[in-house]
Amino acid sequence: MMASSYNAKEEDAHHSGASSHGGAGAVKSKKPDNTAFKQQRLPAWQPILTAGTVLPAFFVIGLIFIPIGIGLFVTSNNIKEFEIDYTGVKTDSPCYSCAKNVSWNNTTPCVCSMDFTLEQPFENNVYMYYGLSNFYQNHRRYVKSRDDSQLNGDLSALKEPSKECEPYRKSEGLPIAPCGAIANSLFNDTLELFHIDSNGTRNPVPLVKQGIAWWTDKNVKFRNPGANSNLTIAFQGTTKPVNWRRPVYELDPLNSDNNGFINEDFIVWMRTAALPTFRKLYRIISKKSGSNPTLSSGRYVLDVTYNYPVLSFDGRKRMILSTISWMGGKNPFLGIAYITVGSICFFLGVVLLIIHHKYDTRNNSPDIPN
Amino acid sequence: MERFHWVQHRCRQLLAGDSGRGCYSPPDGLSTKSSPQSAGGRRRTVFARHGPHHQEHQSASKNYKSNAIRTTKYSLLTFIPMNLFQQFHRAANLYFLFLALLNWVPVVEAFQKEITMIPLLVVLAVIAIKDALEDYRRYVFDKRVNNNVARVFCGFKQTYTECCWKDVSVGDLVRLSCNDIIPADLLLLSSSDPRGVCYIETANLDGETNLKQRQVVADLPVQGEELTPENFLSRIECENPNNDLRRFRGYIEHPGGVRVGLHNSNLLLRSCTIRNTETVVGIVVYAGHETKAMMNNSGSRYKCSQLEKRLNTDVLWCVFLLVVMCLVAAVGHGLWLQNLRDPVFQVDGETSPVLAGFYVFWTMIIVLQVLIPISLYVSIEIVKLGQIYFIHNDLDLYNEQLDSQIQCRALNITEDLGRVQFLFSDKTGTLTENKMVFRRCSIFGVEYPHEENARRLQVYEAETDKVAGRSVTLQLGSSRKSLSCPSLSCNCSSVSLHTLTAESAEDKDQLPTGAQARTSVFCSRMAKEVVPDPALVQKLNWFCSSVLPLSDSSSSPSSLELTYITDFFLALSVCNSVVVSSPGHATHLVPKDQTPLRSLEEMKLMFQRFSFSPFSGLSPPQIRGSPRSFTSRLFTRGKAGTLTVSLRPNSATYKSDTDPERDLETSTLECRPDLSSIGDGEDDLQVEETEEDLRETHPDRAGEDGGALAKEADSEGDPEDELLYEAESPDEAALVHAARAYRCTLRGRSADSLLVDLPGVGSLEVQLLHILPFDSNRKRMSVVVRHPLTGQVVVYTKGADSVIMDLAGTPTGAEQVCSHIRKQTQRHLDAYAREGLRTLCIAKKVLEEEEYEVWMKRQLLAESSFENREELLLESAQRLETDLTLLGTTGIVDRLQEDVPETIEALQRAGIRVWVLTGDKQETAVNVAYACKLLRDNDQLLTANCGSKEACAALLEELQQEVQRGHCWTDWSSGGQLSSSSGTSFVLVIDGRTLDWALQEGLKSSFLETSRRCKAVICCRSTPLQKSQVVQLIRDQLGVMTLAVGDGANDVSMIQVADVGVGISGQEGMQAVMSSDFAISRFKHLRKLLLVHGRWCYSRLANMILYFIYKNVMYVNLLFWYQWFCGFSGSVMSISWVLVLFNLLFTSVPPLVYGVLDRHTAADILMERPQIYRAAQTAKVYVPSTFWITVLDAFYQSLVCFFLPYFAFADSDVGSLSFGSPINASALLIILLQQVIESNTLTWIHVLVLVLSGGSYFLFVLPFSVFCVTCSPPTNPLGVETLQMSQPLFYFLCVLTTVTALIPRLLFRALYNTFHPAAVLRSERYQSRTQCSNRSHSRTNSVPLCADNPGLETSSAS
Repeated sequence: MMASSYNAKEEDAHHSGASSHGGAGAVKSKKPDNTAFKQQRLPAWQPILTAGTVLPAFFVIGLIFIPIGIGLFVTSNNIKEFEIDYTGVKTDSPCYSCAKNVSWNNTTPCVCSMDFTLEQPFENNVYMYYGLSNFYQNHRRYVKSRDDSQLNGDLSALKEPSKECEPYRKSEGLPIAPCGAIANSLFNDTLELFHIDSNGTRNPVPLVKQGIAWWTDKNVKFRNPGANSNLTIAFQGTTKPVNWRRPVYELDPLNSDNNGFINEDFIVWMRTAALPTFRKLYRIISKKSGSNPTLSSGRYVLDVTYNYPVLSFDGRKRMILSTISWMGGKNPFLGIAYITVGSICFFLGVVLLIIHHKYDTRNNSPDIPN
Repeated sequence: MERFHWVQHRCRQLLAGDSGRGCYSPPDGLSTKSSPQSAGGRRRTVFARHGPHHQEHQSASKNYKSNAIRTTKYSLLTFIPMNLFQQFHRAANLYFLFLALLNWVPVVEAFQKEITMIPLLVVLAVIAIKDALEDYRRYVFDKRVNNNVARVFCGFKQTYTECCWKDVSVGDLVRLSCNDIIPADLLLLSSSDPRGVCYIETANLDGETNLKQRQVVADLPVQGEELTPENFLSRIECENPNNDLRRFRGYIEHPGGVRVGLHNSNLLLRSCTIRNTETVVGIVVYAGHETKAMMNNSGSRYKCSQLEKRLNTDVLWCVFLLVVMCLVAAVGHGLWLQNLRDPVFQVDGETSPVLAGFYVFWTMIIVLQVLIPISLYVSIEIVKLGQIYFIHNDLDLYNEQLDSQIQCRALNITEDLGRVQFLFSDKTGTLTENKMVFRRCSIFGVEYPHEENARRLQVYEAETDKVAGRSVTLQLGSSRKSLSCPSLSCNCSSVSLHTLTAESAEDKDQLPTGAQARTSVFCSRMAKEVVPDPALVQKLNWFCSSVLPLSDSSSSPSSLELTYITDFFLALSVCNSVVVSSPGHATHLVPKDQTPLRSLEEMKLMFQRFSFSPFSGLSPPQIRGSPRSFTSRLFTRGKAGTLTVSLRPNSATYKSDTDPERDLETSTLECRPDLSSIGDGEDDLQVEETEEDLRETHPDRAGEDGGALAKEADSEGDPEDELLYEAESPDEAALVHAARAYRCTLRGRSADSLLVDLPGVGSLEVQLLHILPFDSNRKRMSVVVRHPLTGQVVVYTKGADSVIMDLAGTPTGAEQVCSHIRKQTQRHLDAYAREGLRTLCIAKKVLEEEEYEVWMKRQLLAESSFENREELLLESAQRLETDLTLLGTTGIVDRLQEDVPETIEALQRAGIRVWVLTGDKQETAVNVAYACKLLRDNDQLLTANCGSKEACAALLEELQQEVQRGHCWTDWSSGGQLSSSSGTSFVLVIDGRTLDWALQEGLKSSFLETSRRCKAVICCRSTPLQKSQVVQLIRDQLGVMTLAVGDGANDVSMIQVADVGVGISGQEGMQAVMSSDFAISRFKHLRKLLLVHGRWCYSRLANMILYFIYKNVMYVNLLFWYQWFCGFSGSVMSISWVLVLFNLLFTSVPPLVYGVLDRHTAADILMERPQIYRAAQTAKVYVPSTFWITVLDAFYQSLVCFFLPYFAFADSDVGSLSFGSPINASALLIILLQQVIESNTLTWIHVLVLVLSGGSYFLFVLPFSVFCVTCSPPTNPLGVETLQMSQPLFYFLCVLTTVTALIPRLLFRALYNTFHPAAVLRSERYQSRTQCSNRSHSRTNSVPLCADNPGLETSSAS
């Protein structure tokens, strides 16, 4: 394959013969250059890894990892998290009946209320998530079933969505906006949170709808088609996804900045989750001014407008309240992992030290500069 | 198109077959063997193009190719389709294509359709670009060659005009001047040389720089005048183009109907160079691609290395792994699907689980495609190119004297160099210098020890040891310069003259090129200066002054002996194919005006009275009363000659010498023999007499012979000193030089005569009737000459002793003398062989005129026959070479090359068994084996010489038992230490005939069993075929890696059969080099080539392959683990671009650097401790267990790399791409850092490449996630990486994952190196410098280097 079918030697000879008129035929010595590179004498670091050389590294790793792990663990523990499952699998669950009856084409909303108590007050911003389990948003066909151009406001894609959206591409001859299975399966439960104060009145907890999506998604990736003036006109000639109750331009009729494709609930849903058990940011409960905790400890009621059927595939629905740290949400795993790995390294370091003293005494010159 | 032409051509020829047969009636006597049918299809007819046969020319040469050559494979239009077609012949590309096509099936589509095409396109593009560049290079070269200018006869102008090579066509007459390159295969029609010869240099063709003589077609009617097509009316009939450079058959039919046979010596081959001949004219018979030179162009060799075979099985394992993983996914998907009832995320709910599982299987194949390391094959090729680059540039493998580097001709077996277990070596030219120097001789059963000559050789040796090769080189350079000088006297244009002088001026400063030096070694000072043996000189002198023998008959040789001696030297100078050139003359011919000495007739008379036939000479004729003046004159001349002979070299060769002291030393040394010969007791009288004679004769000579003397002085002066002999084999040159030392000087050669100086007679023209050239079957060559003195037809034969001894007859009437001579000569032969000399026997035969006539007829028939020519010639030669009279024998020294014993010892310590396969005599071979330490004093020699198969069987059985009793070297694989052996080791010496039996079916196994337990085996008297059979036997039966090294044509078959063929570019042309995989110039280079480069290449490649597989398995498994969390649906958590580029871009260069630059152990340690070589030899580095451990490690790392992020992200709001981001980044880090751990050396190049590779990932991913708004649809990366990398979690994860993944490897490496002392060998280099080296040596010797390797890698394995 690397062969040149013509004889190189002959070529050279021809060359010298042919160039004799030019007088350029300098006789060059074939002696290779005596350079470090060509003679393979480049100065090199030879990592001879022996117990003696490696053990400091293990100690260092151990000494660094354990404090990090403790730090992470503490951080994670400081995060307050509350989780409530409102799927309604059990008969005693308030949402049991809703769960039984819910289907995609229900017209009458089914509302159920879940009571819960927060033991500890939640400070700072509190993030409200909905969590789904056994929901394979990462299924290959599901993930593909979207048209990014359409979501980016491309007019031609609006009218003629990508084939990837099949079978949620067109409905009754009209192109679906937004097309595809992901959009079609948009999470459409409505969650409302009420604080029940000491005298039993329900005080609605203010939930902020905006700021839950990535900035890039909201401002770059998702755009409404047309000049964004009147979404009803812009989406003319398209139809709503099959499972939706309202067309896309009515997702948030009150706020034109949160309507259509740039509706943040929609955007959040469109960023498909990596794992079958996931949570998605639903609302933000902003920090209150003064020293009051955002959510004080006490009784709360969660009102769920139950629209989203998950029982058919054994799914679960949860509502999660959580504060976050610089590390993100609550997850003690990383801290534990750091501590474990650090300890193992430290332990191995000790073992290596013993080995080094017993067996590796003769090699006292670990790294030899070439 | 081409094929069509060919068919057309064939048809035409078949149709024309009848008429063709009519024209050609084969000469009587061989018609039976040549079938007309076959002859009809294998001939071409050529007419002169612009001559009267214009019409015939038109019709005959319509289908002959023109001289334009096109070596390119493609044209602009055909490049893309043809190149693609070629590329899709490779399995790897088909695999890629299959994957790409698979991705177009909607149900299994894994990625964007375009993305799967990328690997294919990249591979195709890389190779297409390489092919295109190569092709373009060829195109440019073709263009240059096609536009070279030749002078061709033009029909319109009726003169020779300049014309491009490409416009030359068959039938054209081409005129060439000295130093022109021949544009096409020409039939030589005329030469400016009066004898109709022309010299060509075939260096462009086969690398041989000695001049070859070519001859004008015999019996051309237009000899002499300017040849034009008008007067060239002959028709040429010759065989169709073929690639046999040494064969050309055909005949030329002259207008008169006379047919003359054509053969190779009439053909000027394309791309050779005309030398030493002013102008020649030839007619084109083959042009362009049909020339022999072009038909011999074949590409470089392809060999599959054993490592690659091993690799292929591992790749199959990878395929297996892939299938298993895909099956798991398919089954998993089916099961998963079964448990679902109408989920929202199920896009196509109606597919049955089984079908869906089937689809997923194919999807997974696309997703996990990287697992099959197809790109590994491309990488391996690149790595090997890099390795070859470094081997090529190694200064230690560079020969300063010849200015030659190692040539790597096979590009893909570098790593096999690291696993050689058996080394088969030729002796002559491989272990020895192949610089033949005449050492001693025996004539008429009398030994002439040439003591002075021996001393000279010793001094020379010591001298060369002292003075570096430098001065020798300079000298060689200068002698070569004189060689190139002849061109100056040719009619060169002033431009080329200028260039030539410029070149030679440069020569002074620079080293001579290899080609130049190679020629001149034949004529090296050492070979030239033979110091004559005083006894022999004396006898020769007696011969010259034939009066003297009578004075005291006791010490004087009989006249019979004298004739023997004269004949012996005549044979030495005549029986050869040496070309004489002298820088002073354009042509090295006999000066025509040389008049024979006046007294020649008298001499002849005397010779006839001696009655040259040796047997009538039993009664020595008493020659008295010869004219006193005559004899004395002869004698004087003889004496003067002696002096000049010995002094001449000093004046001639030392002109350019830089070392005056050496000059002096040598010249004094040279003088000694002459003095001693003069001063010899018996000679006292002569000397006085001589002086007296001189005084006496001077007056008359002054008048009469003044002119002659002046001429003589001329001829014996400077110009003669610079006579250069160019021989095909160094033996010949050595013998001619030896003869010259005895004043039997070969002065010139033409097609039918030789000019020889005979002592006491002067220049004589010896009519050369025939040359029967040397071939390896006959093992001899002969010349038929008319004896210059007796006028008889004499055959001189020179050949291997065994052959000549058999052919030497015992004529009736002379049994006693003859058998005495034979006995004595045999004794001397044995003695020579013991001394390690190469022996050649010289014999002669006097033919009666009638006998000669009869033989001549048969020979001519044989020569002009089309069919079976070779057989007929052989038969004819055999008929001639019978009943020879043994004259004597010569002993030629061939010194060992430098460092041969050290090299052999090192190779043996490295566990390589060295076998010597030689055509030489047993004694010679054994002697050389002792000299090069292959044999040691305490070794037990097993000799196998038997006459029959039964005896051979019995002997082998016996030897086998004997060897089994001796327990050393019981099994080669145990790698027993040479030095540690308590008992003796065995060395088997087997001769050719016994080897023949031993290689037969029944005895093969016992021979094998015996020889494998021997430390070394010496096969002597073996033919090329046997050599290859032996190599094949060992290679196939023992399944070991074999290396064959040789330098001559007789080693070619062996070199080709062996796994690794090494050619030594020595004195015997280039055939061995042409067929070899590696060409070196010295045997000692093998040491570094094998021990260092072989070891390095092997460990580098093995490590690189393992690393590559590790890398792929590790990365692909990440995707596989993800399948467990996406319902086995074939989803990926990375941007598909990253997925594809990960293997193609981000991690592709580090393995290459690793494979090219890694230095497993320092070179000097590898040289010092050949034992290290053994680990690789038995393939301990790359074994299945290493493969599986690597795969397991990859599994572990991928588990860590996937599940740490998984748990960290479990139940969070992480998107799939965000999840993949830290996994990709840490996988990259792990893979790169893994290399740091695995590397044995890290240079700045490694660091640079690693940093760039890591950097390229981020450089690609970050902009991609900023600017890619709607691209890459299912996995749009917008904002993913930027967001992830702005979060501390990303970095905490990467650090944790990387560290956790690498801990086991690091720990293992540390523990292994700690517990495995051999691995620390490298660091001992440091210690051995500081500490007592004894200690470290003893320790390393005791280290069980081949101990069970825990399977790990490579760097630690040894």
